[in-house]
Amino acid sequence: MSRLSVRKTYKLYIGGAFPRSESGRSYPVTSPKGEFLANASQASRKDARDAVVAARKAFPGWSGATPYNRGQILYRVAEMLEGRRAQFAEESAPVRQGGKRAALEAVDATVDRLVWYAGWSDKIAAVRGAANPVAGPYFNLSSPEPTGVVAIVAPADPLLGLVSVVAPVIVTGNTCVVVASEPSPLASITLAEVLATSDLPGGVVNVLTGRQAELAPWLASHMDVNGLDLTGVADADLALRCEQAAAENLKRVLRPAQEDWTADPGIGRMTRFLETKTVWHPVGI
Amino acid sequence: MEEEALVGDAVMVSTLTTSLADVAASGATLRAFLHGLPGVDRVGADQRAAMLGTRSIKTTAKAKAIDLAISMVDLTTLEGADTAGKVRAMCIKALRPGSDAPKVAAVCVYPDLVAVAAEAVRGSGVKVASVATAFPSGRSSLEVKVSDTALAVAAGADEIDMVIDRGAFLSGDYMKIFEEIVAVKAACGAAHLKVILETGELSTYDNVRRASWLAMLAGADFIKTSTGKVSPAATLPVTLIMLEAVRDFRDATGRQVGVKPAGGIRTTKDAIKNLVLVNETAGDDWLTPEWFRLGASSLLNDLLMQRQKLATGRYAGPDYFTLD
Repeated sequence: MSRLSVRKTYKLYIGGAFPRSESGRSYPVTSPKGEFLANASQASRKDARDAVVAARKAFPGWSGATPYNRGQILYRVAEMLEGRRAQFAEESAPVRQGGKRAALEAVDATVDRLVWYAGWSDKIAAVRGAANPVAGPYFNLSSPEPTGVVAIVAPADPLLGLVSVVAPVIVTGNTCVVVASEPSPLASITLAEVLATSDLPGGVVNVLTGRQAELAPWLASHMDVNGLDLTGVADADLALRCEQAAAENLKRVLRPAQEDWTADPGIGRMTRFLETKTVWHPVGI
Repeated sequence: MEEEALVGDAVMVSTLTTSLADVAASGATLRAFLHGLPGVDRVGADQRAAMLGTRSIKTTAKAKAIDLAISMVDLTTLEGADTAGKVRAMCIKALRPGSDAPKVAAVCVYPDLVAVAAEAVRGSGVKVASVATAFPSGRSSLEVKVSDTALAVAAGADEIDMVIDRGAFLSGDYMKIFEEIVAVKAACGAAHLKVILETGELSTYDNVRRASWLAMLAGADFIKTSTGKVSPAATLPVTLIMLEAVRDFRDATGRQVGVKPAGGIRTTKDAIKNLVLVNETAGDDWLTPEWFRLGASSLLNDLLMQRQKLATGRYAGPDYFTLD
């Protein structure tokens, strides 16, 4: 007996749930060759606002969790991704060059990237923190703290690029709102399914699909967003407008850049969204 | 459904005019009157409230609605941890909630902090409301309730928010509540009396309608949904039923009574839904701070944030507004 094919509805990922866009809109996603793949939700600015609310709500719990715990959860995400290796390869094969083999390699690289960042969770403080020598009877300690809610415009690479921008932001305790790649958003929603089943608290990562030019300016000007990663913005004019809007409440901004996602990432993406807290403490007698 | 409700109300008004004068002559007549009120169509009330909640209020209309809602807020702090300093800070916010935003209608505090609040808002037009009568449970003797009220009035309260004895209501002892309201009203003197029905504990919409009429018959200047200590608090259908009651009461007696939903109204959207409900149910006579109030604490910040969003075109963040 033949089966009816079960078509997947790609929705948004906000606060740990998978809602449709508040606007009810969707847009067709096609492969570079022009074949229809699926419909994705086209998020509106209200969805962006809801996502920021969810990210803000998740921030105290996530930033207050121990670094060890955050590392464990990121490692768990890598485990879950490993288990869905074939699905991700199949889903991203039509939208990338090199076919199935290259897609599988990209999934493996993504898992490795997550494991790499997971290991940093309890080490970044040792690298970026300091016991400062001062001329007085005090301990003077500096420690890196997460900056808050970070809005991320994800790069075009549908899986490795996405994880390479999201993992460094959340591993240090930030929460984020991600605008997925506009032409290839499907892997980001499947990744959200992995996140939703990996002990990652709802709201730590929120994924919006839709028009970059429609969503990014609202996130850039939002007064409750503390950081802005413009990596995926290809339009120089849009990037400039976002940077200007971000200045109003002094968001930390990462400018757009062409990056080789297979290269060693370094710690720059983590430290960009950290702020240093220094405390003076009297030495006991 | 709407027409049915109107037909029911017309019947109610005609029976009222003949009997309202001596309805409180005895427990039996009061009971007969309250149980003679037409029943509330539960599904209809829910649907009508939900339908009115879908109205789209945007741009300039939204800006006006936000300012109107701010001017109707009873800015409230009712916590065991309240201090004179906290009340003073709240009063300053009440007088000037934000740049060129209107003043709120009143501040609402416990009786022992009324003097502090009255001093802080003196001469500004912002009223001082005080909860009284063994708030929030109402479980005490009439003597204690009356002296609680007298204490607040003597300290300078302009408005008293009393609670009814829900236990007596649910066991059918309407006369006890009637007499309590009358006694507290007498203790209020010139102060306005708001009667809190605590609809979350009344269990049915029929009871909400009866309690509304009971409070109005006994002389309430305002009827208020909830203490804010019980959930559910001010739901839209309950507010709808109370607005119908004050409308019908004015038709029957000529006396206008105000309505104050309180508790659980946290967002600008909730506030605007309430304003739509007022306009569509009781009419725009009630659409002023004199006759409609919103009991709230966190609502004010959301109204101010939406107000700033309209003014600047960027979403506002809570970091830039004072905590109550």
